[in-house]
Amino acid sequence: MNLVRNHVLISIDAGTVMAGARAVEKTLVEEIAKQGLADEIAVLETGSVGTIGQGVVIVVYPEGVYYANVTPQDVPQLVEEHLLKGRPLKRLMLAETPKQSVIKKERAGLLKEQPRIVLRNCGVIDPEKIDEYIGEGGYLAIGNALASMKPEGVIDEIKKSGLAGRGGASFSTGMKWDFARRAPGDIKYIICNADEGEPGTFKDRLILEGDPHKLIEGMLLAGYAVGASKGFVYIRGEYALSIERIERAIAQARDYGLLGINILDSTFTFDIFVMKGAGAYICGEETALIESLEGKRGHPRNKPPYPVTEGLWGKPTVVNNVETLANVPEIMKNGADWFRGYGTEKCPGTKVYTIIGNVATPGLIEAEMGTTLRDIIYEYAGGIKEGKKFKGALVGGAAGAFLGPDMLDVQMDFVNLKEYTAVLGSGAILVMDESADMVEMLQNVLYFFKHESCGHCVPCRLGTTQLVKLIDRIAVSKGSQEDVSKLLKISDVMRDASFCPLGQSLYLPISSSLKYFRDEFDAHIR
Amino acid sequence: MIKATVNNIDVEVPEGTSILWAAKKANINIPTLCFHPDLKPGGQCGVCLVEIEGIPGLKRSCMTPVGEGFKIHTHTPKIMSARKQLVEMILANHDSDCLTCIKNNSCELQSLAATLGINTVEYAKFEKKLPIDLSSVSIVRDPNKCILCGRCIQVCSNVQSVNALAVNHRGCNTVIGTAFSAGLGNSVCINCGQCVVHCPVGALYENSQVEAVWEALHDPDKFVVVQEAPAVRAMLGEEFGMPPGSLVTGKMYAALRRLGFDAVMDTNFSADLTILEEGTEFVSRLTSGKNLPLITSCSPGWIKFMETFFHDMIPHMSTAKSPQQMFGALAKTYYAQVKDIPPEKIVSVSVMPCTAKKFECLRPEMKASGYQDVDYVLTTREIGRMIREAGIDLKEMPEEQADDIMGEYTGAGTIFGATGGVMEAAIRSAYFLVTGRELENLDVKPVRGLKGTKEAEVDIEGTKIKVAVAHSGGQARALLEKVRQQMATEGKCEYQFIEVMACPGGCVGGGGQSWGSNMAKRARRGEALYAEDKSLTHRKSHENLSVKTLYENFLGKPNSEKAHKLLHTHFMKRSSVDGKVINE
Repeated sequence: MNLVRNHVLISIDAGTVMAGARAVEKTLVEEIAKQGLADEIAVLETGSVGTIGQGVVIVVYPEGVYYANVTPQDVPQLVEEHLLKGRPLKRLMLAETPKQSVIKKERAGLLKEQPRIVLRNCGVIDPEKIDEYIGEGGYLAIGNALASMKPEGVIDEIKKSGLAGRGGASFSTGMKWDFARRAPGDIKYIICNADEGEPGTFKDRLILEGDPHKLIEGMLLAGYAVGASKGFVYIRGEYALSIERIERAIAQARDYGLLGINILDSTFTFDIFVMKGAGAYICGEETALIESLEGKRGHPRNKPPYPVTEGLWGKPTVVNNVETLANVPEIMKNGADWFRGYGTEKCPGTKVYTIIGNVATPGLIEAEMGTTLRDIIYEYAGGIKEGKKFKGALVGGAAGAFLGPDMLDVQMDFVNLKEYTAVLGSGAILVMDESADMVEMLQNVLYFFKHESCGHCVPCRLGTTQLVKLIDRIAVSKGSQEDVSKLLKISDVMRDASFCPLGQSLYLPISSSLKYFRDEFDAHIR
Repeated sequence: MIKATVNNIDVEVPEGTSILWAAKKANINIPTLCFHPDLKPGGQCGVCLVEIEGIPGLKRSCMTPVGEGFKIHTHTPKIMSARKQLVEMILANHDSDCLTCIKNNSCELQSLAATLGINTVEYAKFEKKLPIDLSSVSIVRDPNKCILCGRCIQVCSNVQSVNALAVNHRGCNTVIGTAFSAGLGNSVCINCGQCVVHCPVGALYENSQVEAVWEALHDPDKFVVVQEAPAVRAMLGEEFGMPPGSLVTGKMYAALRRLGFDAVMDTNFSADLTILEEGTEFVSRLTSGKNLPLITSCSPGWIKFMETFFHDMIPHMSTAKSPQQMFGALAKTYYAQVKDIPPEKIVSVSVMPCTAKKFECLRPEMKASGYQDVDYVLTTREIGRMIREAGIDLKEMPEEQADDIMGEYTGAGTIFGATGGVMEAAIRSAYFLVTGRELENLDVKPVRGLKGTKEAEVDIEGTKIKVAVAHSGGQARALLEKVRQQMATEGKCEYQFIEVMACPGGCVGGGGQSWGSNMAKRARRGEALYAEDKSLTHRKSHENLSVKTLYENFLGKPNSEKAHKLLHTHFMKRSSVDGKVINE
């Protein structure tokens, strides 16, 4: 490997590609060559560096300077000024104070404040090169496990770590694996749920785009622990770049003998296959996902039996979220105690959030469990845009809860939020400033559910339709107080009687928006 | 055994028992809607909710197994309120024009709403306003009545393995439909009507020919003959409140006569005739060893199933027409000739426990008489309605006899209506045809009953014959796949004779039976037919004197050229995508 003076990282994720990252990359390479710097400057692709809505983003190391909204026309000046003359181009630099940039915060040495477990390699390595993952200590955990650990040992370590599912349900990962391991049968499966459909959530996409090999290693460890020899990545069909990268990563891992028969000369055999979803929100629900994977319409199944005993094609199956699996190699590499050093007693580790809405720097962040909403918004996301006042946040996606200003200082983790009838869910945080219309916000959520209800059960199919009729009436000031009570009444029935979590969770946004913002509903009625 | 309490009443049930059944043990009938005792619960409606102490939310009793020590409650305020709201939501999205609905007074949603005392609907009404599917000659589908309980899909897919129906679209736009939304008539639907008899509401019903039959009956120029399938006599009583399994043969003849039919005869007659044709065919194939196993061809649902999914089996099919079509071909030839009635004046009506018969009578090849052999097919429900409309109470009818010359039948003919009946009838006569002697023990019990695919071995003077009986599309598929595989690997198969009926239980479980079908009712009807068989003097088809006369005076002998022209048919290949005939 040549020693180079500067590394220029260009973030290639679905958002930056749409903003023209490929064209910028091409011009950058050409321009660097033109200036005769090809031997000194390396241009590297990486996953998301944590920003969104900032156009094409470039990071120049070792200085750690971030450039945003870069266009091909900017490139000649950028190359000449910074790379040739060593003068950073102020015009394009991303927000100057370190507080407003999550990445800078980490680079400034404040590791404890923004610990990176899941996102450790995202925006740092080239996700298309297996060697870079290996260079960062990748595939060490599976190597160690195969060489020196029994499957039960892996399960014990994961149990000890207290890792809980990051898809929203927060069930103990170690227990899930243990159930599947103990379930009778020779054929077992690992499914990675990458059908990320919760509105405002795109963490799994950025993990897949930024560090696909970590997911593969997580699945390998799960497969070894459970006794499975086949894994499936059920991925949202719209995630073109994620699909491309995970498929390339799988091919590379096969080439390196990290997938296939007798991995690393052990008796362990495991391979991974990618299946694209067709765009239904319900297929993020694990049993509907399994139905879809079997080639059927995505309808939820009755539980019990749970997938750990009767899953894909009736065989014991573990379904884990992308983020959950991405935690696993780090836990196995550093130990459960290390993992427990992060987060809270009941919820160890970190959570990856996608923070959007009226904040200064929306993006992808990883924070310790138990971090307050205030810290997330004001420390990591630069506070409310244009200095406006915080009104509320929808935490956990459409199936999450609205939180009002008095919730800003509540510690956010799976267990604690439950006490406030809220959830961490998928980790999407939609922040609203004082100008937001909360009736309209709820209306949007209800539209989404009406559209995505699979139609299987009466409470959800017809409940969502009735809810939309009510909110439409309230929104145009034609509703009554009785309509508002009906919203609650229907959502209660849906919570108690819906077949699957889709319909069951709709009471969260409804009851929470009425809890914090009832006056706005009343105003629409008067 | 698992111990629990339902509304504080102790119950003890085997492990895996659902709460719904456990509650029945405590004499509590939890209200249900999408649940059907013969199908796997799907959990769509949420009406059967219960509360279990210590478990949050409400649970569907149809699909939740009882756990040890469960304290179950079935009518708490929370449950009663949720249940009412769910039914109100359904009503708000349902074409509730009950008075003009085919299911008026037989609708499970209607009676549930009455049970729950729902007299207002507090939700905004929004009907679907979708077109009614009239593409099928057998079955009409009204999606505006459909409540998406999923029973039709389950019976079509899991029981019949036809897979004509599936869920389309999602959310409140969800509808049940066929591939490409082309309609049942342009699908692989075999017209068996199991969807119809499992539908709790008026979303599925037969394509009615009642008006056309009334018109014929009222036309003084027409001579209207009627035939009734074996199974009808064991189920028509239910249309008049009699218990399942009531045998009403004589009363049925009397009622039909009072409706104005000019000649009341019987499909059982042509069932006996079928045995002679098919039995002779079997004996000749057995002798030559060619095209074995022989497979029966009486069930028109099965015929379309075979043509669509197993047309490689066509050489194995008996070419004998079904009893309905044999009767039809003879009514406008033999009967017309003997009674000296111009065939064009004869209107041939059949009363069937079946919806597929409506499709069968319209098949283009069913014109052996030079006319359409059977003009109209009525289901048991349709004839029941006509009898009621005419103010006739079947229960009060005298016991009458069928008219000659196609009304006499033997016990072998009557058991055609139950699964295994054709096989048993065939064995009784085949034994005679091969040996020239009568079978001593006429009851071939291994082929009777409602358990899955049945097998038996019959010894005809040293020749061992292995037979199999399937009664549902699903069983037929499994059996035929086995046959197909044996033929492919060994060049022959273990069976020599196979009976297939498309419907579970045979014709007594057909798509034209009374509303509210379940396997228990099908069993009672089958038993009634076997009881009639037992009570008759003649129990073998070759002993039917009217059939003998038919051969002597008209057909010559079984499988004669004339018999072939009138009583035998051929089959075609159909596409497994849309059920259409494939022209080669």
